[in-house]
Amino acid sequence: MKAIAAALAVCASFLAVSVVLAQTQNSVKPPAAAAPKYDPAIYAELQKAPEKARNRANPLQNDADAVAAGAILFEQHCAECHGHSAEGSRKAPSLLVPEVQNATPGTLFWLLTNGVVRKKMPVWSKLPEPRRWQLVRYIKSLGSAAPAAESPAHKP
Amino acid sequence: MAPLHRLVLIGSFFLFVLSIFSPPPALAQENPYIVAYDHYLEEPGNLEIEYFSTLGTQRGGNNFHAFWVEFEYGATAWWTTELYLEGQTTFNDSTVFTGFRWENRLRPLKREHFINPVLYVEYENKNGADKILKEGEGHDVESDFLVSNAQARKEHIHEIELKLILSSTFKGWNFTENTLAAKDLSNSPWEFGYALGASRPFALKASAKRCTLCPQNFVAGVEMYGGLGDRHSFGLHHTSHYLAPALAWNLPSGWTLRISPGFGLNDNSHRFLMRWGVSREITGFGSMVSRLFGGRK
Repeated sequence: MKAIAAALAVCASFLAVSVVLAQTQNSVKPPAAAAPKYDPAIYAELQKAPEKARNRANPLQNDADAVAAGAILFEQHCAECHGHSAEGSRKAPSLLVPEVQNATPGTLFWLLTNGVVRKKMPVWSKLPEPRRWQLVRYIKSLGSAAPAAESPAHKP
Repeated sequence: MAPLHRLVLIGSFFLFVLSIFSPPPALAQENPYIVAYDHYLEEPGNLEIEYFSTLGTQRGGNNFHAFWVEFEYGATAWWTTELYLEGQTTFNDSTVFTGFRWENRLRPLKREHFINPVLYVEYENKNGADKILKEGEGHDVESDFLVSNAQARKEHIHEIELKLILSSTFKGWNFTENTLAAKDLSNSPWEFGYALGASRPFALKASAKRCTLCPQNFVAGVEMYGGLGDRHSFGLHHTSHYLAPALAWNLPSGWTLRISPGFGLNDNSHRFLMRWGVSREITGFGSMVSRLFGGRK
């Protein structure tokens, strides 16, 4: 009986902490993410995309709303780890670097679908295919928005 | 119900209600299943707090309202761990705390496949008054629920439950099949059960505008579950089975609402179960706890 009571007490504390921290997190604006250390090896997973997947074209390439919809999806599902401007954080790498921006839409779609589960990137196949393609459109659109200097690879 | 248990349940409920007022986290993208599991795990570092109710009809006895709270944490992208607290009210009888469960789901494969396996291991510490009907197993039937709470809670159950979850996603549809084997740690035989599910969002593309009622936020599905007897008498004889349409509404504010009326498919099943649930995901919970204890930002 004591063990059950202890387990319940721990659980209640767990919940209390979660709520308090959620309130704290949300009442304070998140600080600017610390600049992530650039490590090209992080992006090695992109090279593992099979050729067939790499060559897939984005069926929403000409969809006028895809970027706007992708931006909302990014904010809802990706920004927590990759940063609100996809600049990266300690949790996940920048998506503004050439390795990502020069990757084919099919490669990015493949990575979103499969995740990198051993390195904390979840599988996103829970999002239907069209939504993943919308995300790809948005991520690729960041390449034209981001100045070349933002790419750590180009830093001296 | 013991004062401590009542305190914890009421406390959990109020804390849950409190979290309503925390500003929006990430949008959840949940399937509508209440019994079946798909292969999608919690995102690493996120905590999902869920409350569920089951209102059940009982022939020859009192109807009941069973309820449980889940705390689901994404430990890694391949491991989700979850704690349940459960209780029930049997009308014209009493309200009792019925126990807790600790569940773990592990994804053994690195990549997405046509069929994706997930291994499920759960420890249950509950009493005989448990009525949440979170799974169908063995020879569990409606008449088991006729025992009064005072009598039923005297029975203590320590059980290990294993599941093999096989789930696929195809053209927006999710199909899942769960096979269950459970063993009471006393000298009882292995019991078996199953759950099947299929679901699909109303719309596959996301809208370019934020919206609450647009079709992309709704996922409809159906699940079927029941027992398959035990090691000594495997099969459908003296088992209960249910069919339950289900609907989930993933709100942009981070909340998910689920509703699922369930219908008994044979005379051993409850005629009707009404289930509903509400859940909310707290993103970055792991990082917040880490910071609390001096970890890196």
